[in-house]
Amino acid sequence: MRQHALSLMFLGVTVASCDGGRPSVLNGAGATFPYPIYSKWFLDYADATGVRINYQSIGSGGGIKQFSDGVVDFGATDGPMSDEEMARTKYGEVLHFPTVLGADVVVYNLPSIDTPLRLTGQALAEIFLGRIRRWNDPRLAALNPALSMPDEDILVVHRSDGSGTTYIFTDYLNTASSAWTIAAGGPGRGKEVAWPVGIGGKGNEGVSGQVKQTPGSIGYVELAYAKQNNLQVAHIRNAAGEYVEAAAASITAAAEGAIDAMGADTDYRISIVNAPGASSYPIASFTWILVYRTPPDAARGRVVQDFLRWMYSTGQQSAAALDYAPLPPALAQRLTDRLAQIQLTGSQ
Amino acid sequence: MTPDAAPLAEPAGETPPASVSALQGTSIGDRIYRALTVAFAVFIPILLALIAFEVVAAAWPALQRFGFGFLTTSSWDPQRELFGAAPMIYGTVVSSVLALLLATPLALGVALFLTEFSPRWLRQPVSFLVDLLAAIPSVVYGLWGIFVLLPILRESVMPFLANTLGLGNTPFFAGPAYGNSMLAASVILAIMILPYISAVSREVLMAVPRSQREAALAMGATKWEMIRDAVVPYARSGILGGVILGLGRALGETMAVTMLIGNRHEISASLFAPGYTLASVIANEFAEATNEIHTSALMACGAVLLVVTLVVNSIARWLVWSVARESTR
Repeated sequence: MRQHALSLMFLGVTVASCDGGRPSVLNGAGATFPYPIYSKWFLDYADATGVRINYQSIGSGGGIKQFSDGVVDFGATDGPMSDEEMARTKYGEVLHFPTVLGADVVVYNLPSIDTPLRLTGQALAEIFLGRIRRWNDPRLAALNPALSMPDEDILVVHRSDGSGTTYIFTDYLNTASSAWTIAAGGPGRGKEVAWPVGIGGKGNEGVSGQVKQTPGSIGYVELAYAKQNNLQVAHIRNAAGEYVEAAAASITAAAEGAIDAMGADTDYRISIVNAPGASSYPIASFTWILVYRTPPDAARGRVVQDFLRWMYSTGQQSAAALDYAPLPPALAQRLTDRLAQIQLTGSQ
Repeated sequence: MTPDAAPLAEPAGETPPASVSALQGTSIGDRIYRALTVAFAVFIPILLALIAFEVVAAAWPALQRFGFGFLTTSSWDPQRELFGAAPMIYGTVVSSVLALLLATPLALGVALFLTEFSPRWLRQPVSFLVDLLAAIPSVVYGLWGIFVLLPILRESVMPFLANTLGLGNTPFFAGPAYGNSMLAASVILAIMILPYISAVSREVLMAVPRSQREAALAMGATKWEMIRDAVVPYARSGILGGVILGLGRALGETMAVTMLIGNRHEISASLFAPGYTLASVIANEFAEATNEIHTSALMACGAVLLVVTLVVNSIARWLVWSVARESTR
C-alpha cells in the first residue's frame, strides 16, 4: 500500500515535469520568516487540491536569486525587491503579492520591572546607537514615570546574520529617527547593517536566548519567538502617540492604516512601519510572494495563481494561530482581484 | 621495496620469471594499480587548487576594490559597501591559539594518564568517552555553550578572573562580562579540539617502546622522571602533530563559535569583549548577501581564511620539524 503511494508520488513528479496537463508539484524558495505559516498553508492546500508545493526556506536573498534565475515557480521575500533587482530577472516583470503580516517586538530582561516598558522609536534608536547606555537614563525614565528604572548598563543584542527581521527593525528606526539614516551618518536600513554597539546573536533563537539569559539586555525578535520564550515585551509608541502591544489585531490595524495611503495602482512594495491609526503597531511588515506577470509556463503559473486565491480566502484564517497577523479583509479582496494581472495566455 | 621483498619471494623455490617481473612492477595489473594511486594522489591537490582558484576569482572584485586595506581595516558596513576583515583575522587566530593553549595541557594530561597511570579496566571507557567528544555536532556544542557555558562564565569565571585575581585592571580581562566573548569561543573550541589532540597523543605515547621506559627505570628514575625524560621526548613530534590537527580544526570551526563569540566587528584586547571569526562571518551573512560586492567580500574572507590556515599550519609544521630534528641530535 505504502509502496503504491510512493510510486504515485514519483508519478506525480514525472507528470509535473511534462508540459501540458495540470502540474501536481510546485517549487518555491525564499524567506524563513513566514516559513511556519507557509508550510501549514502548503499542507492544507495539498489536502484540499492534491497539489504539493515544495518550499525551501533558504532566506529572502536566496529566494530572490532563485526566482530571478527562473529556477523556482515563485519566490518569497521579507523585503521587497529593489528596482535594480527587478530589472535583472530572467522572465521580465515581477509582481509582489503580500501574503501575511509579521511584526518585530522589542524584548528586554529587567527582572525588577513587572509592567511593560514603554518606548518610542526615538528612544529605541538612541539605545541601538549607543547614545542611551544605562536603563535609568532620564530619557527612558521620562517615558516610564511609573517605573523605577534600574541603575544598570544596557546590553544591546542584535542579529548577526542577514535577515528580514533586521530589515523591518531598521526600517522602523530609519523612519522614526533622523539620526539613524545613512544621510545623518547612522547605520541606515537593510537586512544587515553596521551596528554601532552590542553583540550579535545568530537567528531569532540566538537573540532571544541571549536576552532571556542576560539581565539588562534588550533586543528585537519576531513576535512568535518572544511568546515561546516568555520574554518581556515593550509597548511601542505609534504614529498616533499611543503605546501599543504587538498582537494580531494591532498588526492588522497597521496594514489597515496603510491601505488608505496606497494608490489604486500600487505595486505593493510598501513599508507599513509607523503606520497611521490609533491602534496600529508600528514595527510591522508585509511578507511577499513573487511571481512573474507572464509566467514562463502558463500551466504552472495557473496553479500558483490558484494557490494565491485560496491563500487570500481560506489560508488567511490560519494565520493568527501561528502568531502571524492576517491581512485586512478589504486588502485580501483587492489582492485577489489583482491576481487577474497574471497573464496566463501569451506563454506556451 | 624490492630488496626487502625479494628474499621473501625466494623460499617459494623455483620462482617463475613472471612473478619476479610482477615484483618489479611491469605487469599490466601493477601498472593499472600504479596509475590509479597516482591519479588519486594528484586528484586532491588539483581539487584544492580548483577550490582556491574559484574562491579567489569570486573574491576578486572585493580584493580589487579594497586592496590591502581589506586586511587592515575594521569597518564592515553592507549599507555603505565598506568591507574590512581585520577583526575577523584577529579573532580567528586569537581564538584558535587560545584554544590550543587551553586544550593541549589537558589533552596531554588525559593521554598520559591513560597510557601511564590508568588501571587497565578504566582505560577503555575513559578513552571512549574522550573520543566521543569528537562525535558531538558543532551546533550542539553551541547550544550547550549558550545555556550552560555562558552563564558559568558570566557569573563565576569572569568575575573570578577580573575581581578575585585582580586581572580586571589589565587590558586583557577588562570591561563588562556579558558571556559572549572571545573567551567563551576559545573555551568551547578547546573542548572541541581536545579529543583530537588527546587521541593522537595517546596513540603516540603507546607506541613508545617498552625498552625506553624500562631503561629509564633501570637507571633509577622515578615514574615522573621516566615520563619527563624518556617517554615524552620520544613522542614529542607525534604529540605536536596532534596539536596541529587540533589547530586546523579550531581555525575552521564555525557554528559553535558563531553562537558564542558575540559577532562584533571590532578588535579588542580584552578576552571578555565580543569578537568575530572569518568562518563565522561567512556563515552569518552569505545566505542573505544579495549585492555583488558583499558576496565578493565574503568570498574574500574565505580566501583569507585559506591563507591564514596555510600560514599557521606552515608555522606549526616548521615547529614540529625543528623539534624533531633537535630530538634526533
